[in-house]
Amino acid sequence: MKFAIDIFTVVMVSSGVVFFMAGTVGLLRFPDTLTRLHALTKVDNLGLGLIVFGLLPQAQGLLGALKLLSIWVLVQLSGAIVSQLIAQATQRSGRQT
Amino acid sequence: MTYDVLFDLGLAGVLIAIAAGAIFARGSFVSLVLFMVYGLLLAIVWVRLSAVDVALTETAIGGGVTGMLLLGAASRLRATKGSAVKAGFPARLAAGALCILVSIALGIVVYALPEVPPTLAPIAKENLASSGLGNPVAGVLFVYRALDTLLEKVVLLLALAGVWSLAQDQAWGGMPGLRVYAKPNSILVFLAQVLPPVGITVGIYMFWAGANRPGGAFQGGTVLAAMWLLVMMARLREVPAIDTLWVRQLLVVGPAIFLLIGLLGFVFADSFLAYPPDHAKPLIVIAEAALTLSIGVTLALLVAGPPERMRQ
Repeated sequence: MKFAIDIFTVVMVSSGVVFFMAGTVGLLRFPDTLTRLHALTKVDNLGLGLIVFGLLPQAQGLLGALKLLSIWVLVQLSGAIVSQLIAQATQRSGRQT
Repeated sequence: MTYDVLFDLGLAGVLIAIAAGAIFARGSFVSLVLFMVYGLLLAIVWVRLSAVDVALTETAIGGGVTGMLLLGAASRLRATKGSAVKAGFPARLAAGALCILVSIALGIVVYALPEVPPTLAPIAKENLASSGLGNPVAGVLFVYRALDTLLEKVVLLLALAGVWSLAQDQAWGGMPGLRVYAKPNSILVFLAQVLPPVGITVGIYMFWAGANRPGGAFQGGTVLAAMWLLVMMARLREVPAIDTLWVRQLLVVGPAIFLLIGLLGFVFADSFLAYPPDHAKPLIVIAEAALTLSIGVTLALLVAGPPERMRQ
């Protein structure tokens, strides 16, 4: 059972890392601010989400799991809002790159 | 074990690369963002060194407040065209030479460290129980080196006085020139409504947990400061004028209560900043609670900057 849980963690965290990699490449390579933000949201949502999901069975008790989940929720919240703010700022300044 | 070494090497490499990036970046903005990233990575280094208290402080101060202060300074510099003035070659040469000298000196010191460093840690830990605290870092801050901690808080107040003294005469006692985003229905307003309940809980928890686990007044106070700044920037609350009575009271309540407890040490214990046995922990927690508030208000007002507008 322990082994199966460990496999689950490794698979989930690895897939999360793939999203982190893809998001970072997008951030560096995409041509303008809005598409770069789009790449970043994948990291926030799926990348971190998969890593937290994979770490949940390893957490110390219910409280540890809740802490992990609340980290994910807080990053979601701030990530989504900061992307909105950056997008608004780009629109105001009229600079798209 | 080898994975740990690989991770540490990678971390150190990235840290050096980010530091170089911050120094050689073209614009002040890019440079500052890299500096903040540097602070966050440094916090991971402190965790690797098992210094979680330092890591929390580094994240809060090095990555957070210092970054905000510097960003404010950079935007002011841009407005005054001051950043267009390049330092002359001799000045840059002197700065470079100084940096190299400091690096060499630090390197020599690190190499000269004895194999077994002299330490007071065992004695400190042995006597920690009598203070009622469980976190040795809190013990050092509030029991063994309480005077340093007290002076540190006073220095913070002095720094704020220094920032305020940059105000023009007619703006004295007025409102700090924090940049506010006063757009109704802005998403920032939503964040400033949703996040503070969470942030205030976390801030208070960090101070409360600090007695027995990593955390403390400084880290908790920084989180509180961040929440207040968020509320002020979204204009849910106005930035208070600096001569408002409650602002002044909150600024001094921490150092004042700490000082008072210290003076009571003359009467109820044997010296300044000594705690009577049996009552050490409650007294320390009271001092820390007041300090958390004061630190929060001081840091937020430091970021808000010197007063610029007269009170309306």
